[in-house]
Amino acid sequence: MREITFSQATLEAMDEEMTRDERVFVMGEDIARQGGIFGQFKGLPDKFGKDRVRDTPISETAIVGAAIGAALTGMRPVADMHFADFMGVCMDEIFNQMAKIHYMFGGQRPVPMVLRAPDGLINQAAAQHSQSIEAWFMHIPGLKVVIPSNPADAKGLLKSAIRDDNPVIYFEHKALFNTRGPVPDGEVLTPIGKAKVVREGSDVTLVSYSRCMGLSLEAADVLAGEGISVECIDLRSISPIDKETLLASVAKTTRLVVAHEAVKQGGVGAELSAIVAEEGIDLLDAPIVRVGAPFTPVPFARPLEQAYRVTSEKIAEAVRGLF
Amino acid sequence: MSARKVKEKKGPDEYPKALLAQFYKTMSTIRSFEKKVEEKFLAGEIPGFVHLYIGEEAVATGVISNLSREDLIQSTHRGHGHTIAKGADLKRMMAEIFGKKEGCCKGKGGSMHIADLGVGMLGANGVVGGGFNIATGAALAIKMQGKDNVSVVFFGDGASNRGTFHEAANMAAVWDLPVLFVCENNQYASTTPYRTTTSVDDIADRAAGYGMPGVIVDGNDVFAVYEEARKLIERARRGEGPALLECKTYRVKGHFVGDPEQYRTKEEVNKVCESNDPIDRFECTVLDGKLFSREELDGIKASAVKEVEEALEFARNAAEPEVSQLFADVYA
Ligand SMILES: Cc1ncc(C[n+]2csc(CCOP(=O)(O)OP(=O)(O)O)c2C)c(N)n1
Ligand SMILES: [Mg+2]
Repeated sequence: MREITFSQATLEAMDEEMTRDERVFVMGEDIARQGGIFGQFKGLPDKFGKDRVRDTPISETAIVGAAIGAALTGMRPVADMHFADFMGVCMDEIFNQMAKIHYMFGGQRPVPMVLRAPDGLINQAAAQHSQSIEAWFMHIPGLKVVIPSNPADAKGLLKSAIRDDNPVIYFEHKALFNTRGPVPDGEVLTPIGKAKVVREGSDVTLVSYSRCMGLSLEAADVLAGEGISVECIDLRSISPIDKETLLASVAKTTRLVVAHEAVKQGGVGAELSAIVAEEGIDLLDAPIVRVGAPFTPVPFARPLEQAYRVTSEKIAEAVRGLF
Repeated sequence: MSARKVKEKKGPDEYPKALLAQFYKTMSTIRSFEKKVEEKFLAGEIPGFVHLYIGEEAVATGVISNLSREDLIQSTHRGHGHTIAKGADLKRMMAEIFGKKEGCCKGKGGSMHIADLGVGMLGANGVVGGGFNIATGAALAIKMQGKDNVSVVFFGDGASNRGTFHEAANMAAVWDLPVLFVCENNQYASTTPYRTTTSVDDIADRAAGYGMPGVIVDGNDVFAVYEEARKLIERARRGEGPALLECKTYRVKGHFVGDPEQYRTKEEVNKVCESNDPIDRFECTVLDGKLFSREELDGIKASAVKEVEEALEFARNAAEPEVSQLFADVYA
């Protein structure tokens, strides 16, 4: 199968969806003239024009608010958040408007829109440009939240998000943009709300997503050499959560470890643990373990950022602790 | 009340020589510091994001030369110049940019989050427009404490499109707070040319919407910046409320170090470097007026370069923070 980068995969998704449906357009800061700070919009303005690929003012509130207005009235906007960290600027638009309009107004109109949010650690970008904040949004009814770990799902989830009639937040890890992976030719649609078992195993279930997924697979390789058979699940969507795949795997392995780059306290791992505790406590032969970042803002200095990071060693160590 | 363009101006010979020397020293220090940071970033010694202030030195210098240590400033992602002009220690600044323990933020912040509250520098900001309301709150505290200090917030042309600008301007105006809003209109917000994302020719026009004076100056003329800032700062100290000073300048370097700069031509940039460099212009003025000799200027510049060299040495030799520091300062 052909291999392309994560960034190219998102570009193909945009290209195909903008070609298929002329209501789809994209706006955000610095996306038209220079193709996005991670090159993820390169070429789109030439093909679709600056009307459908719009450079905006530095006005996140207006970007998301206007996308909502356009979505309510017949368009299907994609809004780029530049860095996920800047979603703090437009939280009212996200959680009081975008997420609630369909419900509050008794389902009169859908709000079909996508927020693309580059997140995660890269290049010591420090406290305000490095965060993983996906868990905030799984607490908000009305939103869907997806978070691919590889080029194929980057493409498939973005296309599904654009076609979805609900507001979808699409987190794309900055350190993944240049990573390569196989992407099938033709239509690629990854279902929203469906996790994937990416490696079968029998001793422990290791759930992850985004950049930590690759780290989890590395850890699973190392652990296999030590005689621990790890089943790896890529969550892919964190809202809605695929409970079925999670519980089926835990039923098989009897152990659960969750790994994510975000702060451990109040993270996605907490929700997964609670689901298993509520609906599958009898399946477990060991306590659930979560691996996540410590409860601090992201520090700048190299040794501190290194210490902050979740690594494949930390994940492997957590798994070993169960045996 | 519409924006006023400044025409009348004092002659350079009407300034005390010590003040002129200070202008030159500050601008030279910023230039030298930024060149060093650029060099070391490109050499891979400095991580993170770095935004340089080269070509905009006259703004920080002209405005901040009117402030005392007790006056306050709020900066931006492009904050080294403001921080130097406010009197922060160069060694601890450079160490911060290198991510060292002796840095002014103990290596927790880096270039985008430089802060030195001890000299009245309330912080750079990684979030564009994050400073407006903090500066307004600092001015509120000044007023509630009965002081005659001022709070100055620097911001870019792009930042003036954040809602926070408009909320801060209104609140500062309606409460007569001692805030000076200093716009550094450097013609670009990252990749977008000024007028493609901003609705007015002059940001200063926006002041009228909030009932405050809006003044436009040539931001590459340190004398003009100094004079107009002085008037507006004195006004704020007298309790007459906030004002907006728009300094027309130009970002001659990429938005950040490493920017491919596909959104403009080299010719455009070279033209500004050749004809409108704020330091060259200052030199011409004081040399033409026979206020300084070339040797005097060279001496000042050499001392700036030396201080920056010392800062670099300090930063390189400084220790990195211990891992145990990860959990320090999460809470007070
Ligand atoms: C809220 C927010 N949105 C976007 C960014 C990304 N960003 C950083 S600097 C910048 C451009 C700022 O332009 P301007 O205010 O004119 O300042 P300049 O860089 O020209 O000094 C952008 C878009 C950010 N840091 N914060
Ligand atoms: Mg600008």
